[in-house]
Amino acid sequence: MDGPRENSIEAHGLVREFKKGPRAVDGIDLRVDPGEIYGFLGPNGAGKSTTVHMLTTLLPPTAGTATVAGYDVVKEGPQVRKAIGAALQEAALDPFLTGREHLRLQTTMHGITGEERSKRSDELLTRVGLTEAADRKVKGYSGGMKRRLDLALALVHRPRILFLDEPTTGLDVQSRTALWVEVGRLAKEEGVTVFLTTQYLEEADVLADRVGIIDHGRIVAEGTPEKLKADIACSTVEAVPATPDQRGAVASVLERFGEQTTGYGPGSVAVQLASANGNLAEIVRALDAEGVVLSQLQIHEPTLDDVFLAKTGRHLEGAGDEEEQDSEQDLEPARA
Amino acid sequence: MRDTLSVARGVSWRVLHIFFTNKAFLLPSIAFPLFFFTAFVGGLSRIRQVPGFDFPTGYTAFQFVFVLLQSAAFAGVFTGFGIARDFETGFMRRLMLAAPNRSGILLGYTFSALVRWATVATVVTVVALLAQMKIGGDGVDLFGLYALALFLNVAGALWATGVAMRLRSQQAAPVMQMPVFLLLFFAPVYVPLNLLQGWIHGVASVNPITALLEAGRGFISGRPELTLAAFAIAAGLILGFAAWAVRGLRRAEAAG
Amino acid sequence: MALAQTAALGKRAVVRTARQPANVVFPLIFPMLLLAVNAGGLRAETKLPGFPTTSFLAFALAVPFVQGALLATINANVEFARDIQTGFLNRLALTPVRGIVLLFGQLGGLITSAVVQAIFYLAVGLAFGVRLQSGIGGAAMLLLLETAIALAFASLGSWAALRTGSTEAVQGLFPVFFVFLFLSSMNIPRNLIEADWFRWVATVNPVSYLIEAVRALVITGWDWQTIGLGFGVAGALSIVGFALATHALWNRLERT
Ligand SMILES: Nc1ncnc2c1ncn2[C@@H]1O[C@H](COP(=O)(O)OP(=O)(O)OP(=O)(O)O)[C@@H](O)[C@H]1O
Ligand SMILES: [Mg+2]
Repeated sequence: MDGPRENSIEAHGLVREFKKGPRAVDGIDLRVDPGEIYGFLGPNGAGKSTTVHMLTTLLPPTAGTATVAGYDVVKEGPQVRKAIGAALQEAALDPFLTGREHLRLQTTMHGITGEERSKRSDELLTRVGLTEAADRKVKGYSGGMKRRLDLALALVHRPRILFLDEPTTGLDVQSRTALWVEVGRLAKEEGVTVFLTTQYLEEADVLADRVGIIDHGRIVAEGTPEKLKADIACSTVEAVPATPDQRGAVASVLERFGEQTTGYGPGSVAVQLASANGNLAEIVRALDAEGVVLSQLQIHEPTLDDVFLAKTGRHLEGAGDEEEQDSEQDLEPARA
Repeated sequence: MRDTLSVARGVSWRVLHIFFTNKAFLLPSIAFPLFFFTAFVGGLSRIRQVPGFDFPTGYTAFQFVFVLLQSAAFAGVFTGFGIARDFETGFMRRLMLAAPNRSGILLGYTFSALVRWATVATVVTVVALLAQMKIGGDGVDLFGLYALALFLNVAGALWATGVAMRLRSQQAAPVMQMPVFLLLFFAPVYVPLNLLQGWIHGVASVNPITALLEAGRGFISGRPELTLAAFAIAAGLILGFAAWAVRGLRRAEAAG
Repeated sequence: MALAQTAALGKRAVVRTARQPANVVFPLIFPMLLLAVNAGGLRAETKLPGFPTTSFLAFALAVPFVQGALLATINANVEFARDIQTGFLNRLALTPVRGIVLLFGQLGGLITSAVVQAIFYLAVGLAFGVRLQSGIGGAAMLLLLETAIALAFASLGSWAALRTGSTEAVQGLFPVFFVFLFLSSMNIPRNLIEADWFRWVATVNPVSYLIEAVRALVITGWDWQTIGLGFGVAGALSIVGFALATHALWNRLERT
């Protein structure tokens, strides 16, 4: 076998079509450099997990090519698997085993044995803060503990590339921040390349060096969070009138400067400014001229949501497949 | 009252809708009794040659009664499984919220058990007739047989409902099923009571199901026996388990 | 390396079963209950001319060994299917472990459980006065036979789990297995079955030969022909099951 290759990820025209399903991934090109944290941001059903499955060799692509750690994901599966660690979307744990037993099994599967095995297990348990819970069954773990154990399992063989599929979904703010710190440390200190999917704007913004925004199986925008936002370049102005009956007046003034947008406070009027350097002073003068009184006026810098909105015409939140809606109907007959 | 009935109608509509539209529920319910019937009748018919076996209308009719009662009891128990599932999915909580009168919920599930069993009983009966089962009893006798099974069906449903309301988990399935299974089989299943020996004879003699079985076999052979006792026992079972189920419902309500 | 991995996977399968009391208790108790019921209810059968032994308990003791293997198969493969559903299998598939090792681990764990159960059934039989005609060596042979039987069912069961990846589907095998069990010479020697069609079914049913091989060790002694036939049938089922399971495994782990 040839020596270690670069810790990069590359995909060209990656497609996955399910037999009775949609084109879940519809031609994705991407490149992740060694030591980089790449955030894959998209709503439910966008194709994030499917992409991860293909890059981790769990699912063969129907078209396109990809190399991970310099190995082809189709032809060199075993080498790819050796180089990568993955924590998939469902924290796939056995409720009847303890945390330590999970690590024991995982290390054995990777051929780590003897003293090295227990040393590695202890080290990882400490690192993810599960030392105390190590001998309890996973059944009694909280969501955050399961996630952290999942991460520890992905790390046992010191992978050079780490795939994390929605690692913080369902976690509270504290656990989320702790996980961010750990992932950041892995990338900065150990040079691990991280491919991370998320539905959270903030996560992509804070954690990722570069972000790819995916929707309906295609990457609609890609770049550093700063660059993506700078490309949109338009801040949003949010104004709250002192009395609700002045909303109309405020709106008509603000609309001179840009297009109305939603997703802000209930009593407020928000407008995405048309030009890059929306002039706050001008806006204030115009409002003053109309004689409206404001209780609040704010400028919001563009967010990744604005980027998503600009590219797809929808907000990121609630953009996914509407799946869980029909369960309400079950009740109908009971009311009949 | 109207509330209770409409809740009951809604609940049983839903249960039966699921039952009749899901092969996974429908097929086993029908296949199991049929299967026991074939396995027992086909495999064990030579048993009637054991000295002392004196049932007049043949081994098919002898086993038919057991299978009919068994299917009735189990159609009831399966209802409990459904309730447990509804607790696990959280659906029961929604029912409790939506139903102004919650005894309607019990009524609905029990009614669905009845319809379920009626379906199974029809199939089993047709198959038994195709297998040329000999019937000695007249119309009244047969009515008695099916009425007895129906009572057992209701009792079984109420029993399982009571368990499901208390344990509220599908893990409770064995708790619902096992006692019924034991009660049914610690009875004169394969041979009449007088041919059982040893401990099983002792157990079967005090098992209430024995009376139901013997009465049922009396009906089908046209030589009714133990009729009153059997109906009294069946009614007793229904009353007892109705109280058990209602108290279970209250427990479930209290647990939220 | 592969050995250590297989052992680790097998151990995990056993530990997981052992930590779910229901999965331990049910396969131990249920076959014993059925044994008690049938040994009591069918004792009259020993009075039939040509019945091979005077103790129906000894005659019926063979059944738990086959039934226990079936129950262990269902339990272990429901867990296996759950591993597929939760993605646990994916996690293992991402390690360098060879696919076939995943299957070996699963089968090994299951066989271990089945053999432990078999020791329990044997102990219960001995406690109630059954003596093996084949002696101590027969007991060892019995456990070996149990291994072969468990392997046969286990490989068929893992095929189902891998093929469907659904716990319900594996659970649905339960009735199928029971059909095979009941339509065999489980309750009566084949030559005493009266109905021609049933005798024919029991004769083509492979489960009959598994039961008869165990039974020979208990009530006959070293009847090599019957024992050999049992091993042969178990071996053939194992080969078929294993081939199907490996095939399903490759499809399941579409990994490249
Ligand atoms: N095995 C499969 N068979 C058929 N369709 C599938 C399969 N897996 C995924 N899909 C479909 O592919 C699309 C993309 O799914 P994917 O799981 O990749 O989305 P996602 O971005 O990870 O979403 P989420 O945020 O909900 O995890 C969805 O429409 C999904 O229904
Ligand atoms: Mg996903």
